[in-house]
Amino acid sequence: MSRLRKQTWRYDHPIYLAATGTAVGPLEGQGPLARHFDKVYGSLDCGEKDWINAERTLMRRAISFCLAKAGKQEGDIDLFIAGDLIDQSETSNFIARENRIPFLDMFGACSASMETLATAAQMVDSGVADNVLCAVSSHNATAERQFRYPTEYGGPLIPTQTFTVTGAGAAVVTKDPGKVRVKEATIGRVIDWGIDDPNNLGTAMAPAAADTIWTHFQDTGRSPADYDMIVTGDLSSVGSPILKQLLSEKGLDISNVHYDSGLMLYSPEQPVNAGGSGCACSAVVTYGYLFKKLAEGSLRRILVVATGALLKNTTTKQKDTIPCIAHGVVLESAKEGKEGT
Amino acid sequence: MVFLYAFLVGGGICVIGQLLMDIFKLTPAHVVASFVVIGALLDVFDLYDGLIEFAGAGASVPITSFGHSLLHGAMSEGHEHGYLGIAIGVFKLTSAGITSAILFGFLVALFFRPKG
Amino acid sequence: MLNEPKNYKENVKAFQPKIPYVRNCLKAFLFGGMICLIGQFIQTFYMHFFDYSRREAGDPTVATLILISALMTGFGVYDKIARFAGAGSIVPVTGFANSITSAAIEHRNEGVVLGIATNLFSLAGAVIVFGVVSAAILGIIRLFLEQVF
Repeated sequence: MSRLRKQTWRYDHPIYLAATGTAVGPLEGQGPLARHFDKVYGSLDCGEKDWINAERTLMRRAISFCLAKAGKQEGDIDLFIAGDLIDQSETSNFIARENRIPFLDMFGACSASMETLATAAQMVDSGVADNVLCAVSSHNATAERQFRYPTEYGGPLIPTQTFTVTGAGAAVVTKDPGKVRVKEATIGRVIDWGIDDPNNLGTAMAPAAADTIWTHFQDTGRSPADYDMIVTGDLSSVGSPILKQLLSEKGLDISNVHYDSGLMLYSPEQPVNAGGSGCACSAVVTYGYLFKKLAEGSLRRILVVATGALLKNTTTKQKDTIPCIAHGVVLESAKEGKEGT
Repeated sequence: MVFLYAFLVGGGICVIGQLLMDIFKLTPAHVVASFVVIGALLDVFDLYDGLIEFAGAGASVPITSFGHSLLHGAMSEGHEHGYLGIAIGVFKLTSAGITSAILFGFLVALFFRPKG
Repeated sequence: MLNEPKNYKENVKAFQPKIPYVRNCLKAFLFGGMICLIGQFIQTFYMHFFDYSRREAGDPTVATLILISALMTGFGVYDKIARFAGAGSIVPVTGFANSITSAAIEHRNEGVVLGIATNLFSLAGAVIVFGVVSAAILGIIRLFLEQVF
């Protein structure tokens, strides 16, 4: 790996996404991207007896689809890197108990999707592993009960609040040539500009996303025109305009290429308040929809910036502000390369 | 007529709660805790009884009436037994509500799963 | 300039969605009023058919509303209504029952004792604590004043 300035990694070898797998819940399955997911569960409990097991089932299914498409067995994988939102990364750890692959747990809140992918690519690039499996998951009800209220509690509707995505995404990263290449990653810094409202994470995370995107362009010397899409994780309809304003004040106009996973995943009439959020939000959009578009070559180069709010449900009650982070990964279509352009 | 007043007064009390949440950004827990205290305060000056007389369920169904009943029970025993009576009587009038909430909550939790 | 970390919280307010105050209040009024109206019907029913006095009818009325609310929570309906009703479904006693039942249901998988029983009051506890503390303090003050004057 070579490092561009301080925060951006450029992988020396061509690193590829061999395959991806996604599984989502009912509401995501009614959204505009539904046909791009491998498995849509019709009920929130995914046929399990409780929410925790439902989330495990989502991650388990996403991984099995991913491995099947990559033509690999669990034994072919050298390293498993995963993350989720539940305390002690419960889902990831308990899935790692089942597949018995050497395992690294990563907590980056909703930024875990790109944190795991960037690390997986680096592990393959450095040669410590040939095939790395990365996965993340989130579940609306497990997040609801951990960060907000019991799922059956009749809380009020707050317009800035986001809706945790029920789903899981997995990817196998390898040096074997594939259709989608992992090119670079920009590792974010923790940014906290004093927002303390846990129901307004879009506003809290926008400066972190702006910092990572700004740094990425400084490090790589590229401009937004070099990208077909810049996709943020879960800034929602509240945080997205703030991000564009923050960057345009610094002379960077991304408004033509910016999209937010949490807004892509649902149609406007679905009851998700400001938009989707959670680890799975950026993961299912990237591994489901964007991966296909890159593989078929209709997208050439994209930057996925997964945003995470690193709060606990007790820290905001203790009047502390919300630290946030964003990690960016550059994905390129390998199809273009084969044509020699 | 009491039906109309129940609707108007009950709705009005909820509007105050909505404004506390929207303008002062209080959580639901803060709103209901404040309302219970307000209900007890109003009962100090015997104002809440008048409201119940006027609006019936419009005043006795909102959680403010819980505070009112707590103080009311405390005072009725307090008048008989002095200061110790306050401890004896706090739950006197509210025990039906608390008991049924615990009982039904417990039973429902035994037989139902969360739906999400 | 939004790029000032120290003033971000203040300056970013211009980017926040407007809260529909009037619509929220109207919904809270209609739903809250409706729940109280139903309560009035139940109370009148008890007074007519069981010959309760107005005060006696209060207890079974509240208990009936709590039973309805607990069942609606169990069937997963109460939280859906609350998304529209806002304070209209939080302030009435049905909201108190919902907070107890929802907390108990959520933790049922952790067992009857450690799950259901210990979590029953995790949300509703604040109401009882503030109610009892304020009633005790105000009761002492009022009793003192009554004895002095």
